[in-house]
Formats: sequence, structure tokens, C-alpha cells
Amino acid sequence: MHEMSLVEAIRTIVEDQARAQGFARVTLLRLEIGRFATVERQALDFAWDVVMRGSPADGATLEVIELPGRAMCLDCGAAIEIDNRLDLCPLCSGDRLLPQRGDEMRIRNMEVI
Amino acid sequence: MCMVCGCGDKVMVGDTEMSHDEAHRLGLAHHHPGPTAHSHSHSHGGLTHNHSHDPTHGHAEGTENRHGAGDHPDAQEALHFGLGAAGVSVPGLGQARLIEVETAILSKNDAIATSNRRVLNALGVLALNLVSSPGSGKTLLLCRTIEALGDAPLAVIEGDQQTSNDAERIRATGAQALQVNTGKGCHLDAQMVGMAIDRLRPRPRSYLFIENVGNLVCPAAFDLGEDAKVAILSVTEGEDKPLKYPDMFTAARLALLTKIDLARHCDADLDAYEANLRRVNPQIEILRLSARTGEGMAAWLDWLRNRLAAKA
Repeated sequence: MHEMSLVEAIRTIVEDQARAQGFARVTLLRLEIGRFATVERQALDFAWDVVMRGSPADGATLEVIELPGRAMCLDCGAAIEIDNRLDLCPLCSGDRLLPQRGDEMRIRNMEVI
Repeated sequence: MCMVCGCGDKVMVGDTEMSHDEAHRLGLAHHHPGPTAHSHSHSHGGLTHNHSHDPTHGHAEGTENRHGAGDHPDAQEALHFGLGAAGVSVPGLGQARLIEVETAILSKNDAIATSNRRVLNALGVLALNLVSSPGSGKTLLLCRTIEALGDAPLAVIEGDQQTSNDAERIRATGAQALQVNTGKGCHLDAQMVGMAIDRLRPRPRSYLFIENVGNLVCPAAFDLGEDAKVAILSVTEGEDKPLKYPDMFTAARLALLTKIDLARHCDADLDAYEANLRRVNPQIEILRLSARTGEGMAAWLDWLRNRLAAKA
């Protein structure tokens, strides 16, 4: 969706961290992205190369950990894991699912030198 | 933050604790809870100056010397990356360190949105983030809504990539409107809205309509500090639109099914629209209306009035 804005936000966080923690370069950065966060890996990689140029994370490897989508079924009350927003409840086939997790977009950690 | 007493971060407005910056954004008299008389410097209008505080000093209500959003970075940047270096040694990488960050990518936006929300709640302002595809009829709906609300105090923030056409249409109704052009941006963010709020200075217990950039994808992820997202879906767009763009309809509390006067001309199945909205968001409220004919507008106005009353 707005991968460019996301990478710009990551760059700001990296630069703040570089000042606060006193490192010069990021070699690897791990993101946690929820299943429903609608972040496209290809668009993210493209934005990564462009936006990180000249920053401490220039040339850093980007690793993405996908977090599952979770929902509550309003028909049977179960907490379930789903791959798509339009999935049915695997337990009761109900279609009234309330998404609860899966929109996360977080930086987990980074390896720096 | 002032290093003597910690003021500049938390101040007291009556019994309510809020950030120094928020108290200034509201133009409220406040005091710093610290015990010691001291001085600190900060800027008004970009000029840095020094002034001294005794513990009970006040900033007069309604003063023109309000702090801009960026003057007190501590109040804005509630970013706590503060876990510090993890201290985990990574074998074979020599000086390499692993730093645990555990920070939401949009944490800066979210912190500003939280600040906007506190300011709006303190004023009792009902803020609605209107989201839709381009051309769903948001601006006409707003114009008709403003006319129907009559004397109720309200303000409008208009988000578009370019032009101030929409703000001009809103101003023609007599309402206060501020255009925010996002340039290449595809959504409004909390900082843009925060600056617009500071410029508009919404009146207590008023409505604030934020017309987001017409886009059903990106605005879903950016909290602006609103009370609710209201998704506008016109009956010319296709019954399966909620299924094609589920994120926005999942994030919305209310969906307005608009242009229902056109439904019979384009064979629109209004029940199918509603079923698909509930399919992606079983808790969504739905109202059908036509801004052009006025059909259904009364229920929308009731919804607004009830939500505003609930904030008092």
C-alpha cells in the first residue's frame, strides 16, 4: 500500500537509534508484519533500496517475519487463526469473524556494527 | 523536558494531567506540578527564549503564544525505544550487536494521533475521519450535512493531493474549512491533522469532519486521532467493493451507503451491499442515504448528534 512511507518511517527510527545507541551501520533489520497489514514484499524491497540510500541501513538485509491473522468467531466464540479476511471459521463455518490480530507492522530488532 | 522539575512533559489542567504541548494547543491555563522554582528555555514562534517558573506559574488561557507542534519535541515524540542495547553478542560478527527495537513502524504517527485525540477529547470535539474511494460523494454529503446541522459549531479538514476546490466548496456553506494538500502522499497522517487542528482551533463540543484523500487502502493504517472512521460507499461502485477492499471497511465503525437515489438506474442491490459490509465487519453500523434528495439524512444527523452528546 504505502511501502515508501513505511520505509521512510523505518529510516527515521534507524537514524534515531543510531544516535541513541551509537552505531554506524545496520547490517540486518527484522520486521514483523501481520498477515492483514497489506504490505507487499516486492514494493517493500524496492522502497528499501531507494529510501535507505545514504542512511545507516544502506545495504542492510531486510528480513520479514510474517505474523498470523487472528480473529474471533462471533458465531461460536472461538479464537481462530485465518489466512484471509474472508475465510470462514474453521470450526463452525461461521462467516461473522472479527479480526483481532494481523495488522502489526513492527521493527523487531536489528544487527548493527 | 525541563531537567529541574520534569515540567514540559506533564502539566495539570485542573485535575487533568496532560502534556505541556497539549495544554498549549488547547490554550488552557495550567501549572507544572514540580516543587522548585526554576527557569527553562523554549520557543514561541521560532524564537528561543528563557523564562523562569515558580511552581504555580500559569500560562494565561487563550494566550497567543501557543507552542507549535514542533517546539516541544518531548511532548511529540513519545517514542520509547528505551530498551537500550540488548547486549546480545553475535558470534562471528566481532563488534556486531543485536538491538531489540520492538517498535511499531508507525509509532511516531500513532504518538501524534494519541496527542490529537487527547486534545480533541478535552475539548469534547467529535472527530470523524471520512474515508472512501474518489468520487463517492463525500464533499456533497458534507455540504448537505453542514447545511442540515444549522448553527452547530463545526470545522472541516479537507485532504486532497492537489487543489483547494473541496475546501472552497465547504467554505461556500459558511463553514470553516482548511485544505491539506498531501502532494504525492496518498493519505492524511496524524501530523498533518495535528497542524490543521492547531490552525483551525475547533470550538468546544463541536464537530470536526476530516475528509481523507479518496483512497480505500492507505488511510486505513494511519490513525489521525479521530473518534471513528466513517466509510462512504456509493451504490454505483459495485456490491463487492467491501470484499475487494476489506481493510478500510473493517476499520470503519459506520458505513454510509450513499447515492441511493441512483440505485434503480444502476441495478444496485442495497441488501447485497449491506451483506458484504457485514461480511468484512460484523459490527459495522450502516445507514442508507442520498445527499441529493435528502432521503435518509435524518438518521445520519441523529447518529452525529448522539455521538457528539456522548462525548460531553
